[in-house]
Amino acid sequence: MHSIPGRRLIISLFLIFLLLPIYWLVNMSFKTNAEIVTTMTLWPHQPTLENYRRIFTDESWYSGYINSLTYVIINTVISIAVALPAAYGFSRYRFLGDKHLFFWLLSNRMAPAAVFALPFFNLYSAINLFDTPWAVALAHCIFNVPLAVWILEGFVSGVPREIDETAFLDGYSFPRFFVKILVPLIASGIGVAAFFCFMFSWVELLLARTLTAVNAKPISAIMTRTVSAAGMDWGLLAAAGVLTIIPGALVIWFVRNYIARGFALGRV
Amino acid sequence: MARIDLVDLAHSYGGNAAPPESFALKPVTMTWRQGGAYALLGPSGCGKTTLLNLISGIVTPSRGKILFDGADITPLSTQKRNIAQVFQFPVIYDTMTVGQNLAFPLQNRGVPKAEVEARVKQIADLLDLTPYLGRKATRLTADAKQKISLGRGLVRSDVAAVLFDEPLTVIDPELKWQLRSKLKALHRELDLTMIYVTHDQTEALTFADTVVVMHDGRVVQSGTPAELFDKPAHTFVGYFIGSPGMNIVPAAVSGHEARVDGHTIGLHRNYGVLPAGAKIEIGVRPEFLHVAAPASGLLSATIERIDDLGRARFARVRVGDEKFSARMPPGFSVPDNMVGLVFDPAHVHVYADSRLVEGVA
Amino acid sequence: MDKTINQKAWFLVLPVFAVVAFSAILPLMTVVNYSMQDTFGNNQFFWNGVGWFKELLDPSTDLGGRFLASLGRNLLFSAIILAIEVPLGIVVALSMPREGWTVAVCLVILALPLLIPWNVVGTIWQIFGRPDIGLLGYTLNSLGIDYNYVSNEFDAWATVIVMDVWHWTSLVALLCYAGLKSIPDAYYQAAQIDGASRWAVFKAIQLPKMNRVLLIAVLLRFMDSFMIYTEPFVVTGGGPGNSTTFVSIELVKIALGQFDLGKAAALSLVYNLIILIVCWVFYTVMTNAGVERPAKKGGA
Repeated sequence: MHSIPGRRLIISLFLIFLLLPIYWLVNMSFKTNAEIVTTMTLWPHQPTLENYRRIFTDESWYSGYINSLTYVIINTVISIAVALPAAYGFSRYRFLGDKHLFFWLLSNRMAPAAVFALPFFNLYSAINLFDTPWAVALAHCIFNVPLAVWILEGFVSGVPREIDETAFLDGYSFPRFFVKILVPLIASGIGVAAFFCFMFSWVELLLARTLTAVNAKPISAIMTRTVSAAGMDWGLLAAAGVLTIIPGALVIWFVRNYIARGFALGRV
Repeated sequence: MARIDLVDLAHSYGGNAAPPESFALKPVTMTWRQGGAYALLGPSGCGKTTLLNLISGIVTPSRGKILFDGADITPLSTQKRNIAQVFQFPVIYDTMTVGQNLAFPLQNRGVPKAEVEARVKQIADLLDLTPYLGRKATRLTADAKQKISLGRGLVRSDVAAVLFDEPLTVIDPELKWQLRSKLKALHRELDLTMIYVTHDQTEALTFADTVVVMHDGRVVQSGTPAELFDKPAHTFVGYFIGSPGMNIVPAAVSGHEARVDGHTIGLHRNYGVLPAGAKIEIGVRPEFLHVAAPASGLLSATIERIDDLGRARFARVRVGDEKFSARMPPGFSVPDNMVGLVFDPAHVHVYADSRLVEGVA
Repeated sequence: MDKTINQKAWFLVLPVFAVVAFSAILPLMTVVNYSMQDTFGNNQFFWNGVGWFKELLDPSTDLGGRFLASLGRNLLFSAIILAIEVPLGIVVALSMPREGWTVAVCLVILALPLLIPWNVVGTIWQIFGRPDIGLLGYTLNSLGIDYNYVSNEFDAWATVIVMDVWHWTSLVALLCYAGLKSIPDAYYQAAQIDGASRWAVFKAIQLPKMNRVLLIAVLLRFMDSFMIYTEPFVVTGGGPGNSTTFVSIELVKIALGQFDLGKAAALSLVYNLIILIVCWVFYTVMTNAGVERPAKKGGA
């Protein structure tokens, strides 16, 4: 009753549709450029690890990964840390301008990155944060903080108010209640919010590229640059692409049992 | 409307090959007459919901057959069985009005429009839902929603049986009583076979004319409320039904006598031959055991606590390692905590390995 | 839902307000400032009032023409991908296996495209679609279909749309799946007893239970497709010609390519305003839908 006739066929076809382009990328990454350009082969006939070796031995390549992971993690931590108290505030209290504030926050989630690219460039240059992971991490807050507030608000609202009241009656101070009782109760919500922050910070490129020059350049930006400089090094490009998929794939694998709950955002 | 026969019916969620003691429902054979009100009573995990789902067709039995009026309906799907079911949590179609909810089962079966309207009106009248017919069903209270789920079952004229799966769980206490009386009234009016699953003995005893007590996947007794009270067939029935439950203590039984803690209690019947090696116990309801001033010839006991239930007082007393609940006669007061226990021999039952042993008069 | 009124709650919200204000209000003020000025380079600015805005909304000027054309393209693009991704996402969610290890496998594969950096998504489709080295392009061409997303407008559009469907249908599907998972079994059993057909189950139970997540899905998909930049930029670079130049691509061209700060800022503000209005409409619809929620609690 849950599902529809022919569901196996539908889901299989869709998954193949999702996997085929990724397979092609992986396939390319193990080929030599000569093989890529001269023949059409469905799998690497002369498999090579050369493309990967070049990435792992060239600092300008692998430092890109470190840069990307650095700002993604900083951003996730900041987003969750500031969003938690706010989520509690929005969930439990009414205050002057609460609805407008909430809407304004959400509207920032929707703001086009292209609009902010140039002003951010000016702003972070002015305060000497340009070309540091902090610039990108802070810039990504504009869409991740509202998202985190929104998700966490749903989870906090799922915690019965009686729990707060009981804790305060038992003599818990507000900060202690927050850390000892509320945070463990919404741990899965925090996980979900962190997952989404990670995801959106990891996949964003426009701001990350605009706010970095040399030292903090993210991996995805290095990819575009190196390719244009090196002509069409398809094998290298494909290998770099594969490596950017791996962190995401790992994260998904760890949270696979929570995906369904996570996408409900605590509100279904 | 139908008579329901269960023939050697059993179910295991682990499949037919699972060991017999792991079956969620152990083999049962019984007949439920057309128009009866039955309650399946037992604690959670006793198999009562499994049995209900077997009858409704949500679960297919590992073994055995179900007959409606003699016809084997075991292989039929839920749709074709013509049963109605009310679930623990109200199931209503959110986007529809009350009227549309009630009409839904008929529309699905292609009943002509005029007939649908007439039936919906009739059922709404019966359930006092007429004022809400045009309202969105989502906005109503839990008891109204349960009435809608019930109405969706009753609206079909061919329904063979109505099944209830703990339908009053989410209803406010004061409304429970009303809704239960409504069910009783409907039962009398419509002459339907109703099967009601619950773990609440009050609900079961007030609703049903036959209560089926289940324990650990087995039907331990099926009888009228009075039979369950007066003559529990199994020690489980004894202490599960009644409040406080039956006193059950190990005893040595021979002939017309039972010995407990070195004291002899007279029995109404003669228990000559008891199964060798069986665990022998006697059971007596607190209502048939009262405390008195200590005297020779009475089993002496120490009072631990007195529960005042309003209509009666019961004393928790101790004899050696055994505890009893016993009625306190009105006005009886306890000088020190020592009392004697007076048994009503007509209501002392003997159990061998938890099962009732019938004595010889 | 009876929240207590407590103005001190502002203290809880203050950190968020500070962080977002820093990232949103300051830059936005810069944008407003630029939008009223003109520059001839060398950091020399001239007051231009609402001149840029007038030009922006007038299709006969160069700026207005480019803006309105890209806006039109963008709206068409959003409409097409919503029309494909929402039904497809629902169908995929309904096709998910019910239990067993296949569920985890399906979920992981579904979520995979969502965690690929957007420019890599572009790269993947660039490689996949090229007629010389891409599986898709090569196959289509060898089947006799003349496919080339670099030179043919229709092919470029088709590629960008299929890429977006590939990238984002999973989001809709996962949201719907989460919605479906929250439906208690009793609903399906009741529907079976009521003799409901498959279609009636979908209409009476599944769709109503999914409508909240669907609303979120439509909102996110509309917004993100309306702001799309990276993926088409990598694949088509906005071409051939301007055929796949969406608003964000146009904006970046003007701002970072031509350093026409005034024009870019004016465009940004109008762009942002459109998004704000759409966002507000959704927000209102969603909070109104939320009002009904407490009444549903009994059924949860």
